[in-house]
Amino acid sequence: MAKSITVNGTAHQVDLPDDVPLLWVLRDALNMTGTKFGCGVAACGACTVHINGEAVRSCQMPLSDVDGDITTIEGLGTPDMMHKLQQAWVDHQVAQCGYCQSGQIMQAAALLETTPTPTDEDIDEAMAGNLCRCGTYPRIRAAIKDAAGLES
Amino acid sequence: MASIGKIARRTFLFGSLAIVGGVAVGAWYVNKPAPNPLKPGPDEAALNPFVLINADGITLIAPRAEMGQGTHTTWAALLAEELDVTLDMVTVLHGEPAQAYYNSALMGEGMNTKGYDDSALQHALASVMGKVGKVLNLQVTGGSTAMRDGYDRMRVSGAAAREMLKEAAAQQLGVKAKDLKTENGTVIAPDGTTLTYIELAMAAAEIDPPKVKLRPQSDWKILGTSIPRVDIPGKSTGTAKFGIDTRLPGMKFASVRMSPKRGGMKSYDDRDARDLPGVEKIVDMGDGVAVIANNTWLAMQALQAIEIEWEDAPYEATTDAIFAKIEAGFELEPNSTLRDDGNTDALPEGATEVTAEYRVPFLSHATMEPQNATAWFDGGKLRIWAGNQAPGFTQSACADEAGLDTDDVIVETTLMGGGFGRRGELDFSVLATRVAKAIPGTPVQVTWSREEDMARDFYRPGAIARMTGGVKDGRAVMLDARVSAPSVTRQAMGRWMGFAPGGPDRSITDSLFNQPYGIPNYKVRGYLADTNPPMGFWRSVGASFNGFFSEVFIDEMAQKAGVDPMEFRLGLTRDEWEPAYNVLAAVKEMSGWTGETPDGIGRGVAMVYSFGTPTAIVIEVAEVDGDIKMTEAWIAADPGVALDPSIIEAQLFGGMAYGLSAAIGEEITWDAGEVEQQNFPDYDPLRMQQMPKVNVRILETQEHIGGIGEVGTPPAAPALANALFDLTGTRARSLPLNKEFSFFV
Repeated sequence: MAKSITVNGTAHQVDLPDDVPLLWVLRDALNMTGTKFGCGVAACGACTVHINGEAVRSCQMPLSDVDGDITTIEGLGTPDMMHKLQQAWVDHQVAQCGYCQSGQIMQAAALLETTPTPTDEDIDEAMAGNLCRCGTYPRIRAAIKDAAGLES
Repeated sequence: MASIGKIARRTFLFGSLAIVGGVAVGAWYVNKPAPNPLKPGPDEAALNPFVLINADGITLIAPRAEMGQGTHTTWAALLAEELDVTLDMVTVLHGEPAQAYYNSALMGEGMNTKGYDDSALQHALASVMGKVGKVLNLQVTGGSTAMRDGYDRMRVSGAAAREMLKEAAAQQLGVKAKDLKTENGTVIAPDGTTLTYIELAMAAAEIDPPKVKLRPQSDWKILGTSIPRVDIPGKSTGTAKFGIDTRLPGMKFASVRMSPKRGGMKSYDDRDARDLPGVEKIVDMGDGVAVIANNTWLAMQALQAIEIEWEDAPYEATTDAIFAKIEAGFELEPNSTLRDDGNTDALPEGATEVTAEYRVPFLSHATMEPQNATAWFDGGKLRIWAGNQAPGFTQSACADEAGLDTDDVIVETTLMGGGFGRRGELDFSVLATRVAKAIPGTPVQVTWSREEDMARDFYRPGAIARMTGGVKDGRAVMLDARVSAPSVTRQAMGRWMGFAPGGPDRSITDSLFNQPYGIPNYKVRGYLADTNPPMGFWRSVGASFNGFFSEVFIDEMAQKAGVDPMEFRLGLTRDEWEPAYNVLAAVKEMSGWTGETPDGIGRGVAMVYSFGTPTAIVIEVAEVDGDIKMTEAWIAADPGVALDPSIIEAQLFGGMAYGLSAAIGEEITWDAGEVEQQNFPDYDPLRMQQMPKVNVRILETQEHIGGIGEVGTPPAAPALANALFDLTGTRARSLPLNKEFSFFV
């Protein structure tokens, strides 16, 4: 019954029903709380993780459909060894309440993997699914460009 | 609490004029120093309620909550500036509920004076009013007061602690304190001997705090600069802990489905839910049901399988019926007339009349982190973990729910995934307590679904304004404004303190009666609509709708007067209050405002004085493939003192985004007593591609320090509406704007 999933390089046995979304496996079964619950209907992006490098909304990904290696915000980088986007987020003082930022950073990381030097339109298109109620968007844009080595 | 409640009730009952007398009644209580709530361990020293020193270093106990506005960083900077420590030496923690942590500025914000032109006496009265916050245990983060509250208090705390440490060193070294210097957390003697604060703390705690003189702004080393925020590395790496991230050994996960009509529950049938996977217990919550499970999502699924019959709503069942009551409010006697200059009974001779009616909807907070709290009840003690803006009231309410004394309730305030006023409410903590009572000894986290969060919010009230103005020779010569809205203040204060203040409700006309416009005949009346749907404080409260009413109408008067709307405002503020003129002049210069825009481009301006700070915004819109896109915004605000420019800039454009978001597309409506919007797809906030480019300038020309957390919100909607008029010639008089205009999404 238990299913094995690999998160940030570590395998975990999960004993939950097939239809439990990955979000709630991560948060409640594995106590990995960096990935956030925002809406439950893939409308806000707070729960974004990578599966095989692709950004997915973990609130809409049933456990049974998980196929591949999962990377969460905790696996992207750590406070002592930040990913370049996380460092850019600090340099640009992006976060306000900070709740949506895990999802924003995971979405941006997937963007830079496929589009290393994104245009404003690329950024708009990639980030349109990630809500921020604090309105940090101008600094998110600046941080993405900075991490991509572009003038912000 | 009883005697405090009695004093407070008496204080309020006389209305605003008698409030100062009320302070006198309670003066004995107000002036008694609040006990130090810190209970230092054997190797720790608490120099005052805010400063704790132990072997690990210096901890600032912050009474105001961090909900994204940078408060913890700037409070630490205020302390560090006088204490002579670097910011990396200070750890910031949220304070537990305690009288010492009352908000000294919030009650002053509630005074019915205009604010901007306060005399020294009025300013002093506001500060006396602030002390009533102590009587009420008003430990609240709100009203854009954190810096006004902490500006002197934190610096004095830092300076007093520094002098105590110096005195301890003086006694130890046998020298005079005045000959000692302090630097980087050490006291330095004339002979070069250094003693660390950590070494001196125990002795310093025994010394009476001296009177201190604060350093002039010109000597500041930390304040006035942009400091990396203490909370941002954690928030960028997924390691910051919000309320919803609380994890405890053996913790269960629960969710609730409470009455969407905010009434009782007739009956429920849980037979299809009991045997669902993960379900451990179903709890009758009285006016709803909770499911306790081994996973939050499984709890939410089980709740959907329960059939529930609800009692009717205790308020009008439809939006139309609620707004009919708001319209009927104009037939009642005015609840307030907070401005009455000159004569508005008749149009001044030779003036041209302008009239308009405006309307705004109810709004949800929709914080990114859905409401939640974790509770652990063992029969005699209760511990609560919750992101909240009011720990003292949370403690009392949860103690009542659990049948305990407040001393037996511990409230841990966590980081908040957005507050905006929503987390000043107590309901999520009380409901978690109720669930915890059903499984004593086991900690339980109660998380609301997004749908529950939206259905069970306390909404920004809808409101209607009826305005009559007169223009003559290119100036506004009359403004007679009337606003009808239900009272959010009475409802929210009732939930906090069990009674509601009588007298004029300032929030009904805030940022309308007190605008720094020199209009000789200027009258503002507020009407309390007799309707009571659930309402709460929403970022900028009354200013969120009055800014729209005031600033669209000013634009209409400028149009009628045939004057450029920027020049019209500059003319009305120049002699009335210079800081308001200055922020307008700043956005004019920044945006290169000429009064002319090419075809396909529109620009609008608005200036609103709120929470002690004048803020002006210019917004530019462009027509793109038949849709309207906001392309750029220029913001200028004058909070008097810019303690941290980077944080202020973020608050200003963030506050504007919150206002634009609501202006374009947010609306809460009711049918059959239930809110119709459920989740982001039908309450869609502003997204990345809709956000204009922003330019911010911070001015420091006014005398007193003003608020920042909310002041970007009120001018946002009118600046956009005025830009739409410039672009299309259509005057927007109601929100949200996407009912009349097609926006780029």
